[in-house]
Amino acid sequence: MSLDDWQLVVGLEVHAELATNTKIFCGCANSFGDEPNTNVCPVCLGLPGSLPVLNRSAVEFAARLGMALECTVQPSVFHRKNYFYPDMPKDYQVSQYDLPINADGTLELPDGSVVGIERAHLEEDTGKTTHMGGGGRIHDAAYSLVDYNRAGVPLVEIVSRPDIRTPEQAQAYATELRAILAATGVSDAKMEEGSMRVDANVSMHKPGEPYGTRCEIKNLNSVRSLGRAIRYEMERQVQLLESGERIVQETRHWDEDAGRTRPGRSKEQAEDYRYFQEPDLVPVAPDDEWLASIRAAMPMLPAARRTRLAAQTGGDVDVALVVERGLDDLVLEAIAAGGDPGRLLVHASNNLSAGAGELSARPFAELSKLEATGALTATQAKTVLAELVTAGGDPAAIAATRGFEAMGDDALAAAVDAAIAADPEAWEKFKAGDRKVTGFFVGLVMKTTKGKADGKAVTALLDARAQS
Amino acid sequence: MTTAQQIADAVRAGERSASEVLEEHLAVIDEREGDVHAFNLVMRDEARAAAVAVDAGDRTGALAGVPVALKDNLCTRGIPTTCSSRILEGWRPPYDATVVARLAAAGAVFVGKTNLDEFAMGSSTENSAFGPTRNPHDLDRVPGGSSGGSAAAVAAGFAPLALGSDTGGSIRQPAALCGVVGLKPTYGLVSRYGLVAFASSLDQIGPFAATVADAALLLEVIAGHDPLDSTSLDRPLPPLVSGLGDGVEGLRVGVLTELVHAEGIAPDVRRRVEAAAEALADAGAKVDEASVPAASFGLSAYYLIAPAEASSNLARYDGVRYGLRVDAENTAEMNAATRTAGFGPEVKRRIMLGTYALSAGYYDAYYGKAQQVRTLIIRDFAAAYDSFDVLLCPTSPTTAFRLGDKTADPMSMYLNDVCTIPSNLAGDPAISVPFGAGDDGLPVGVQLLGPALSEATLLRTAAVLEGALQ
Ligand SMILES: [Zn+2]
Repeated sequence: MSLDDWQLVVGLEVHAELATNTKIFCGCANSFGDEPNTNVCPVCLGLPGSLPVLNRSAVEFAARLGMALECTVQPSVFHRKNYFYPDMPKDYQVSQYDLPINADGTLELPDGSVVGIERAHLEEDTGKTTHMGGGGRIHDAAYSLVDYNRAGVPLVEIVSRPDIRTPEQAQAYATELRAILAATGVSDAKMEEGSMRVDANVSMHKPGEPYGTRCEIKNLNSVRSLGRAIRYEMERQVQLLESGERIVQETRHWDEDAGRTRPGRSKEQAEDYRYFQEPDLVPVAPDDEWLASIRAAMPMLPAARRTRLAAQTGGDVDVALVVERGLDDLVLEAIAAGGDPGRLLVHASNNLSAGAGELSARPFAELSKLEATGALTATQAKTVLAELVTAGGDPAAIAATRGFEAMGDDALAAAVDAAIAADPEAWEKFKAGDRKVTGFFVGLVMKTTKGKADGKAVTALLDARAQS
Repeated sequence: MTTAQQIADAVRAGERSASEVLEEHLAVIDEREGDVHAFNLVMRDEARAAAVAVDAGDRTGALAGVPVALKDNLCTRGIPTTCSSRILEGWRPPYDATVVARLAAAGAVFVGKTNLDEFAMGSSTENSAFGPTRNPHDLDRVPGGSSGGSAAAVAAGFAPLALGSDTGGSIRQPAALCGVVGLKPTYGLVSRYGLVAFASSLDQIGPFAATVADAALLLEVIAGHDPLDSTSLDRPLPPLVSGLGDGVEGLRVGVLTELVHAEGIAPDVRRRVEAAAEALADAGAKVDEASVPAASFGLSAYYLIAPAEASSNLARYDGVRYGLRVDAENTAEMNAATRTAGFGPEVKRRIMLGTYALSAGYYDAYYGKAQQVRTLIIRDFAAAYDSFDVLLCPTSPTTAFRLGDKTADPMSMYLNDVCTIPSNLAGDPAISVPFGAGDDGLPVGVQLLGPALSEATLLRTAAVLEGALQ
């Protein structure tokens, strides 16, 4: 079997819960983790006689996302998707069908590739079922409990075109979409909490031939499992295809522990959702003025942030990470305050994984200057930075308190020479080209200088001595 | 007979107490309810408490102390709301329908929840899980349906006012058969919040009353914008009661050919429509023949659209959250067992019909086509209203028929709605007003149709017919 003969085709369907204060069709709180069945009312419980009223914020959030994805934001209508399920109070889901609020957009990934967006429509979430007893699965459960707090939470379903060609690209798409959802405030987009859920349509075909039959992979709880599941599915499908078998179009569930996909509940026939226009709601036709105000309030998107940061720092890989962490504004402010762009970017990507804490732009800039002028070594700077993150303060003062002071070139040379003299045997090995003893000498110098020496400078001196 | 207006006036003036009025009506109920069976529930205790509260408190409401009967598909907080179906067994809504809240705020006293065809599906009130209601004019005959209990309650003097719901004629046809006034308002004029849905795009709540003026009074109280209903019209309501005496001088009245001569219209009913046309002409109206060609297709379109919406609206009765549950091995089987036991045959028939009409591969031929017919009906009515202010036709093809006469043949039952359905499809208002009797001596109602929000015109036209009889 050779994967090289086959081309992967992936389309992603992403459900994101909107971060509105209230649900999509009633005034109940939209909040995660509350006591079961406390955020409910006649409307979201689908009680007889209740009627939905569309939440204006949900439309605004969806439109904002549509704009961020370069979609056409258009007049839309709601449809009913009819099927029986105990956690769906009305036994139909109010969703959008042939006239979604957002259509025909694009998403540009950090590597420059572009994935088409077919649509991003509004719909309501279902409740949540917990199967009790047995193995926690529906078929052997003694009974089931349903929590309707989530029923009626507004969702956008973002459907990509089948433009994705590698597992990494799928992961990059999910990551970028998550960043856009967060940057626009549309969703907190947490895959672990289920506020962003990704389903992958995966198929394989030979280049030049029509697309293959696709399987829909569900239960992907992280960007990592998305990549793993697609890789697993590529191999599974190619194995079947190369042994002359056919792919059955089906829904498959990713089993994170077993590292494989399994077929979902088999359906004897294709589900017929009997879509028809929701008669309890009127068409949504946002006026141009309102849409213009949403567009005007659009925050800066991750792609623009990356471009802006790269222009100031010249970095590339680090830039994406720093933007993802939301540290780009801090770095840019520190640069504006006279900081060293290179050192700032390195710290933001390597040493601030837990966030900036108490660190503000001016001390950050000062720190990078101390480092750039050689007043502090990289190791010392890292120590000072950690303190700035926890408690804030003035970098120079912190360095002085800790006894960090610039080590003169002569003092450093003396320390290195002393270390060489201390172990002639090891020094012979170093001179013979055994670089494994480098660490030994650096450690020795660090010890005698109480950490004031710069590791890189020590290595450079050792090399110079060995060659002379 | 005392009208609602007279009761409210007397209670407001302190001449009569709400409790006294209520006891009079409860006495009539005690006397005849056993025969008529208008109610699923007589709310004696709640009504007495409400009457005491009116007497002790605010007597200024438009309906101060007026007994009102509510169709049992209107949600009443803490009071069983059954839709005459076993499937809602034991369910007590935790909220009041908007109309119920408005009536209570106006000082109305609810005497009971009235019987109906299960989920408002039927034209005789025989499709009730709790037994049929009988016509107070002849106990062997049906009161019409689906709001048969409300119509019978007013006709029997159990309450001067009642609310019904009208999806294809369910207020007007029983009003005609029971000899009372019934009005289906413009779609969106009265909030549907708290009305258990049958077919959402057609359902409207409306008044029953013994007189045109009382119907106008009740409609004024329940009409108006409701933010809880997205299809509720956000427009000020023209006054209804104050213009009732304005007459029909110069009014352009069209006798609706397609419905006057529709299949199954009994000659005695047709003669009453002709007499009504003459009475209006005598009062100064300009009467001519009118045509709404697409109205003939209303019945066919209706029996696709209404069941389609019903199939979705009634899906929620699945045994999971409220009402009846018949336990079984797994959830899907529990759903099926519950629905099999809980729904009557007519409801099942319509759910199947509607499910079929929406199915992939059939949608375009059935539901899609029916929606196109609906568009044509709207267009044809609009064209007719270029030339006419009001259209006149029968309400029901015949006077009240005997119990059991049409239960074996659903199609013959459906044909009862041929004259009433077009207004629901168009979303326009229509009123049925008693206009004499048929050859059998039973009441005949004639129907007046008008364009959207023409309730005031319909009511004053109906008032002229009412006056012509006296
Ligand atoms: Zn709610």
